[in-house]
Amino acid sequence: MSRSMTFAISLLAAGLISSSVLAENVAIVGGKVVTGGPEGTIENGTVLIVDGKISAVGAGLPAPEGYRLIDAGGRYVTTGLMVPYSSLGVQEINLEKSTVDHIVNSPSPFFKPASKVPFSAAFDISYAINPKATAIPVTRIEGITRAVVAPAGTDKIFAGQAAIIDLAGNFDFLTKSRAAMLVEYGISGKDKAGGSRGTAMVYLIKALEEAQAAAQPPKRSRKKGAGAASGKGMLLHPMDLAALLPVIKGEVPMVVIASRAADLMSLVGLKERFADLDLVILGGAEAWMVADALAAAEIPVILDPTANLPSSFEALGSTLENAARLQAAGVMIAIANGGSPGHNSRLITQAAGIAVAHGLDWDAAFAAITINPARIFGVDGQLGSLEAGKLADVVIWDGDPLELMSSPDMVFINGQETPLVSRQTKLRDRYMDLKNMTGPLAYKK
Amino acid sequence: MYRIIENRSSALALVTGLGLVLGLVVSPRALAQNGEPTAETGEQKPLVEIKANPFPSTYRPLASEPTLITNVHILDGVGGNLLNGAVLMADGKIVAVGEDIEAPAGTKIIDGGGRWVTAGIIDTHSHLGVYSSPQVRAHADGNEVSSPNTAEVWAEHAILPQDPGFARASAGGITVMQILPGSANLFGGRGVTVKNVPSRTMQDMKFPGAPPGLKMACGENPKRVYGARKQAPSSRMGNMAGYRKAWAAAVEYKRDWDDYRADHAAGKDPKVPKRDLQMDTLVGVLNGEILVHNHCYRADEMVNMIDLSKEFGYHVASFHHAVEAYKIADYLAANDICASMWADWWGFKAEAYDGIRENIPFVHDAGACAIVHSDSAIGIQRLHQEAAKALADARKAGLQISIADAWRWLSYNPAKALGIADQTGSLEPGKNADLVVWSGNPFSVYTQAEQVYVDGALIFDLNDKTHQPVSDFRLGQPGEGDVK
Repeated sequence: MSRSMTFAISLLAAGLISSSVLAENVAIVGGKVVTGGPEGTIENGTVLIVDGKISAVGAGLPAPEGYRLIDAGGRYVTTGLMVPYSSLGVQEINLEKSTVDHIVNSPSPFFKPASKVPFSAAFDISYAINPKATAIPVTRIEGITRAVVAPAGTDKIFAGQAAIIDLAGNFDFLTKSRAAMLVEYGISGKDKAGGSRGTAMVYLIKALEEAQAAAQPPKRSRKKGAGAASGKGMLLHPMDLAALLPVIKGEVPMVVIASRAADLMSLVGLKERFADLDLVILGGAEAWMVADALAAAEIPVILDPTANLPSSFEALGSTLENAARLQAAGVMIAIANGGSPGHNSRLITQAAGIAVAHGLDWDAAFAAITINPARIFGVDGQLGSLEAGKLADVVIWDGDPLELMSSPDMVFINGQETPLVSRQTKLRDRYMDLKNMTGPLAYKK
Repeated sequence: MYRIIENRSSALALVTGLGLVLGLVVSPRALAQNGEPTAETGEQKPLVEIKANPFPSTYRPLASEPTLITNVHILDGVGGNLLNGAVLMADGKIVAVGEDIEAPAGTKIIDGGGRWVTAGIIDTHSHLGVYSSPQVRAHADGNEVSSPNTAEVWAEHAILPQDPGFARASAGGITVMQILPGSANLFGGRGVTVKNVPSRTMQDMKFPGAPPGLKMACGENPKRVYGARKQAPSSRMGNMAGYRKAWAAAVEYKRDWDDYRADHAAGKDPKVPKRDLQMDTLVGVLNGEILVHNHCYRADEMVNMIDLSKEFGYHVASFHHAVEAYKIADYLAANDICASMWADWWGFKAEAYDGIRENIPFVHDAGACAIVHSDSAIGIQRLHQEAAKALADARKAGLQISIADAWRWLSYNPAKALGIADQTGSLEPGKNADLVVWSGNPFSVYTQAEQVYVDGALIFDLNDKTHQPVSDFRLGQPGEGDVK
């Protein structure tokens, strides 16, 4: 048996860290393989995994000798799902401050820190992530293998920098740190900028102008070029300025929380002003009302397709058809759980299915929880579809992955099979046979 | 069980031996039997009674016509599963459910074309109307947090019938719901059961004859809310002491009123006890006229609450949220207590940390009354999907439950917990014609409710805009009349 013992180290881009893998070679045959790539869905398809990566995908490919053979028996075989917005690993219990790591500088009545940090954009969530958090296996066993972990708020409109992780639960969990800059606009953003969108947008523009000035090569006529950009009269803390440099260059996406159609048009205007900005909308309840403008500006939208109530005065146009209408207009969409992005990010399959029930086609819905998040956060070269050369995040399902009554039979991350066990399944197994309990269940493990 | 007598003049609502509600009235019985002065006591004052039902239902079913729906897959809500059946409804009631049903002349016949028909979904736990959309401060009416015991407040006094959420719940197949106060308090106040029909007033929605609920809450919320104010309760010990003090007072209050009535009946002229609105609610529970709906997450606390109910002689209709119900499902079965649960909410607070996806089916399997509830204006739109997820997880764990039995979690069991199972909750002859026509198998994510009937009247039709309610709030707003 040939078992590769190489450590796959990928340096595709600055800040990109690939998980180290020590994996067996695997051949999954006989699957209904949803590649998510140009080959579409392949009946009787094979997926070959070598050294933690996908080496081949095709119809009827035989399993090479020495590979672990898995017969999918006609079941769905897909890439692992990717949550485009979550708080996985940064909050164990929402209401217990001691377990919460994604909110800083007291933006919430529940969390009152003893002191504040002077920066906001520089907040780097990657250091706060605990790969052993209970929610990670709970989410993984539902077929989700990667997640964007986002900061949830500061006292400024800059919420900080998100990271992408795998959900294998190992200490090399980081797929990409500093993967996005989160910004709050709309109702929550205006409150952090004194109470008006009129100050929030001015603040945002000024901050980006400072970053732009700092990013430009120093001119002779200026005194100190970039060095002067963090001096007197500046809005930004020097650390925030540094964090915004890759954002203003478009190397890192800027994810802006906004819902109202008029706000989204303001953001379209912002992108016209800062051409390199890689702008992404998070929320976007009324995005369908300005879908053409978002499509033309190539601004993707991360949305919760179940958010159909006029939950606030900035979301009056909410509809279950938001996802379908955006897709039809040519806007790239990704699907998140807006209501419970920590413990129930696992429900993105249901949300995607609901979007299908309201007009989105299945492939588009599946893309919205796989390749589209990978594209939005710049990891589509490695993740998001079953294509040769990509990391082997593979799931075998007992049915249509978007269906309520389907679930994974096997989940691979970086080519390694992961156990379908969580704290919840252990509690389930302990209490399953309550009727035949003969003694304290504490002895049942 | 006592039922509020509806649609009569309040003075005629005979209230015997109980203390329900606001407003004192003179009982006609008292006048008839005791109106004459007796020899021993001289002039006897008329009996003072407590008006049973001061905010009576004015619900009237919307217009309907006798209708036969044929060629449908039926889940009747009590375990029946008819692969190709028909449902006949007339005068707001189910007339027949079966394979071959003769339609009387003049009956409207709808070919279901292989669609599914189920009993209408009933939510035991909603805050629609008391926390209306949009969620602005002015709409936060669901919790009178000013005191740990606000048993005197009624959710129905805060319901905004124009909450756009009601129409969305209709689109999810909800025909009846209980609207409850929140869980900040030990005693949060009375809940009310309503029919989910577009209405101008709460009274137009109020389910005639449905007993009121009393919201109680265990655990973290009361101790957090009042503990933060440096007042009791600030611990689970304080919670328990708070309930016991209140029940002990209620027992005394009940005795005062019982003594007063007995003395009056004996021809004496006793002093009228002082009226206490808070105690009226608790005594309503002790008399079995008001049903206890108890927010409680942890297994150990639910068992404490069962003991408490026995100490003071009342029954818990349902625990709500009951995230750890699976740990004490045997206690629930033995004490005939329902558990109203989510399929998969967990982890947002310490008492929700042990949530498992098999909670609902494990409670069912123990022989207890399992209910899928929402507590959410989003969740109420697809309780059937929550049932589907729970059912799938049970099966994956090796527990076989049929889809027909699973539908009990959505209709019959909640009707039982709300005290209205004799009127709705299943597709059985004589019951209210509350039903849903689904585009396909309702356990599929791709299925939608196409038609929703309440008392035989078409409340919502997915394919007919004339049967899609639009609340006042939506008029002139972005997306008015849009698909939601």
